Amino acid sequence: MTTLAAAPAHEVTQDAVRRALDVVFDPELDEPITDLGFVRSVDIVGRDLEVHLRLPTSFCSPNFAYLMASDSQDALRALPGVGRVVVELDDHHDSAIINHGLATDAGYRGTFRHEAEDSLDELRHTFQVKAHTAAMERCLTALLRSDVDLTEAELGRVVLADLPDGHEKESLLRRRTTLGLGCQASAQVMVDQHGVGYEPRQVPMALRRARSTRISIDGNAHFCRGLLRTRYPGSGDDQTRRADGEEPSDPTFVPLSALLPRSQKESSP
Amino acid sequence: MYSKDGENYFIVDAHIALWDARPENIKNVQGQQFIDCFYDYHRNLSPESEVWSMEDYAYQGGERLMKDLFTDGYVDHAIFQPAHLGEFYHRGFGQTEEASALAAKHPDKLTYNHNFDPRNGEAGLDQLRADAERFGLKGVKLYTAEWHGDSRGWKLDDPMAYRYFELCRELGITNIHIHKGPTIRPLDRDAFDVADVDHVATDFTDLNFVVEHVGLPRLEDFCWIATQEPNVHGGLAVAMPFIHTRPRYFAQIIGELLYWIGEDRIQFSSDYALWTPRWLIEQFVDFQIPEDMSEYAPISTDTKKKILGLNAAKMYDIEVPAELRLPEADETETGPRQPEAADLASV
Repeated sequence: MTTLAAAPAHEVTQDAVRRALDVVFDPELDEPITDLGFVRSVDIVGRDLEVHLRLPTSFCSPNFAYLMASDSQDALRALPGVGRVVVELDDHHDSAIINHGLATDAGYRGTFRHEAEDSLDELRHTFQVKAHTAAMERCLTALLRSDVDLTEAELGRVVLADLPDGHEKESLLRRRTTLGLGCQASAQVMVDQHGVGYEPRQVPMALRRARSTRISIDGNAHFCRGLLRTRYPGSGDDQTRRADGEEPSDPTFVPLSALLPRSQKESSP
Repeated sequence: MYSKDGENYFIVDAHIALWDARPENIKNVQGQQFIDCFYDYHRNLSPESEVWSMEDYAYQGGERLMKDLFTDGYVDHAIFQPAHLGEFYHRGFGQTEEASALAAKHPDKLTYNHNFDPRNGEAGLDQLRADAERFGLKGVKLYTAEWHGDSRGWKLDDPMAYRYFELCRELGITNIHIHKGPTIRPLDRDAFDVADVDHVATDFTDLNFVVEHVGLPRLEDFCWIATQEPNVHGGLAVAMPFIHTRPRYFAQIIGELLYWIGEDRIQFSSDYALWTPRWLIEQFVDFQIPEDMSEYAPISTDTKKKILGLNAAKMYDIEVPAELRLPEADETETGPRQPEAADLASV
């Protein structure tokens, strides 16, 4: 009896590498680096890997740059069957420092020496809080717009069960989990990072603050994506669509008219 | 002055530069990366007809600057806000001699602001005294991400910086323009954090703090501190060109600013030579908040006049023809501008 040569267990493939990198987020833009087009190349020789990352500018903040590069290294080393892992950040003002730190397993403090104090945990947490705030605002504003009888002040009483299922709710649940907030149906939606809600009179202001956070994240995300496309021609092909904050100038923008049912489009003059 | 539909707009471009990033002035790879980064901003956000070649972009010179701003650009008065970047460029990035000479030649059209770096210690304080006298300084431009030996950034609330602000107060340098840069020590925290602006604004209530780029990429942090500090203003450098590529985002930026800090504390700028003022002014005068963004009130013509020039003219005592002046809005000094919609005191 002949047996087909099956792929060896734990073979390291391009796809496996990219899926492993899906868990690495740009903390500031709250998106995986694979969706943003930050993964420049993946080279596999046997079980060994070399991955190059790229960013929208040379002057992107070095702490975020380091976080993404070291998170990538951690994610790839955890791949079953992987051999040597090399991660390099290209064309950054701190490329030499960061790449040397990664190659020598120097850690954050060893990499940045006198410029590092303790850890990047606080930085990561700051942006996890912002990501939750933005996700919460998206859900609540959508609810407000879909229900004309609902007032801003009443949003403080909305619970998770009141939110329609979909991308926005899933996104909120994910961010709540990251912060250690519960996801039970009866949980209040409008809460701070500690899970504490707001008095009705505080709600409109809290919503406005949350809105400014959401606008900031969406605006930065699209600007950074655009800069990457300008800096590295062709890199747009590696970016996935970001619907939040999308505008007609975006390459992935789909006008509403294109979403009309076929019959309606055909009957229009 | 710009005129359209019977309305006249007095224009102050509150943030311009005369830089030199030609190859012979570039000191190291960072100098090249810095101008490349600016050029990508320029290419990414400009209308196609306004994109320059890298050769034009690296250096403009005084003659071209005068043409772009005053002949073609409707600008009545412009303010130099130079970045030094001495670690990246042999003769610095902002050209002190050329720009200050140009301002001295056209005092009705140009104001020269200079910069300081508190890491220069006592010697820097003496230099600031000399610069204040030489240039007749009313303002300074501070770039907190400037590299300086081993240090790659400083904070406005560093003790030495306080000595400089005390000296500014003594010398009558009242307008402090701040560019929050992308690197600051320690790297543990957010490099774009504007919390230090909050501290200095509270401790130096007689100085104006103009946060350039309206705090972008931290618009939300900027709005939150600026709404509580009446001496914190927002400069629209880099925010303006979104009007073309990302008009909905631009509408949100302006909408948020008008809500949190009101129409009297926002200043227009082209950030020349990142962009040129002509198309920005034309588009801003035509601009309106999209109808579906019902969370923001429409922008009035008077508000546009204030942003485009009257606010900065007031801060710099630039004379505005009597018929173009407007009174300040009858609004709260701190807190959101629609207090019926939100109550700051409760937060």
